[in-house]
Amino acid sequence: MKNNRYIVVSGLILSLFAILGTAIVGITYESTADKIADNERRALLRKLNQILPSNLYDNNLLNSHFNIEADQRLGQDHPSTVYVAKQQEQISAMIFSVIAPKGYSGEIKMLVGVNVNGSLAGVRIVSHKETPGLGDAIEIERNDWVLGFNGKSLENPDERDWKVKRDGGVFDQFTGATITPRAVVHAVHLCLVYFNRHKKELIKQYTERLNKTSIPLHPKSSTKH
Amino acid sequence: MSDTNYNEISKNGLWNNNVALVQLLGLCPLLAVTGTVINGLGLGLATLLTLVLSNAIVSMIRHWVRPEVRVPVFVLIIASVVTAIELAMNAWLYDLYIVLGIFIPLIVTNCGILARAEAFASKNNLLPSIMDGFMMGIGFMLILILLGGIREALGYGTLFSNAHLMFGEVARDWTLVIIDDYAGFLLAILPPGAFIGLGLIIALKNVIDKRAKKKQTLGNIKAEPSTAASA
Repeated sequence: MKNNRYIVVSGLILSLFAILGTAIVGITYESTADKIADNERRALLRKLNQILPSNLYDNNLLNSHFNIEADQRLGQDHPSTVYVAKQQEQISAMIFSVIAPKGYSGEIKMLVGVNVNGSLAGVRIVSHKETPGLGDAIEIERNDWVLGFNGKSLENPDERDWKVKRDGGVFDQFTGATITPRAVVHAVHLCLVYFNRHKKELIKQYTERLNKTSIPLHPKSSTKH
Repeated sequence: MSDTNYNEISKNGLWNNNVALVQLLGLCPLLAVTGTVINGLGLGLATLLTLVLSNAIVSMIRHWVRPEVRVPVFVLIIASVVTAIELAMNAWLYDLYIVLGIFIPLIVTNCGILARAEAFASKNNLLPSIMDGFMMGIGFMLILILLGGIREALGYGTLFSNAHLMFGEVARDWTLVIIDDYAGFLLAILPPGAFIGLGLIIALKNVIDKRAKKKQTLGNIKAEPSTAASA
């Protein structure tokens, strides 16, 4: 009998602390959730603005996006997001959030901005696991390499030159790291080709999304917990 | 509690029983994030805060918790504290949070924290427990910073790079360039560099301890005749 009481009391104590712990986490979550969502939006906007400075578009870039299905022509195994920049109600550029799957150690997440005329607005690496000191030169913080894409298009350089120098193309590789730049160049090229071939489709998809008007103003905060 | 007791706690935390160098606990985050001084400092502060809070809470509730369920209760407390810190960092130190990433939630698995809860806080009053958490945390943080400094200096040739992640825009140019046009030393940044660096620090500590011991025994021998003379 006494033993049973021990078990019940212990169980009660344990559940009391479980409730307490959950309460602490819950309260902290509630009081930080908005700030965190805001941080994430800001960080994303900062990245997007590196590719497309805010004076080159006049719409709310964060709310102007749509998803495209996983498409091997774009080299994507997962749906990817496209942000659409407009200037005076005209689409001026699209920024693809894509993954280059064949980095030296795993996936390289990146943003590829394509101007509506088919030239590159810019490329930035969002996250990667490449070797520090070698492959991480793809980061703008470490090296200017990624700026070399600015203004490039399918005609400049030629189709067969869209490779790193080691493979006979025009893009630099880094000493000791060819695989990383090769993966990035390949992914950027796929984006350009995809945009060129499917421009109309992409624009149609975007306007359809807009017309549905189901795009919430603040995608993050609209989901109540 | 007397002063000597606090001295003992400080000495244990900082040196004699240092979490990283003597207890060798929490090595996973220690080795993983110490690529730079700022990363080390960030994780060190988060761990310090966790240690102080968890020690304080554990000490406050130590009379209520039955011995049979104390470990799950401690784990619950530590997990809640770490999650709250993680959310707070995500909200107010977002950039640093992105850099430290997975290692903030992994503070939960730092056995050093459960070890202090079990070995010290569950047996002592509130103030000494907080002191113990603080000193253990400082000891751990200093090693994180030291190892981060060694690896950053050798690996990148800089110190305090990316300080703006923690201190805001004013700190953007705090970076100390030790060697201009440094080509970098990859080994120091990669995981082996962390192991070798920590090994060297532990070895250094052992050498210092040995010297101190030698001096002490020498001092004792010398001191004896003099005390005899004065007596």
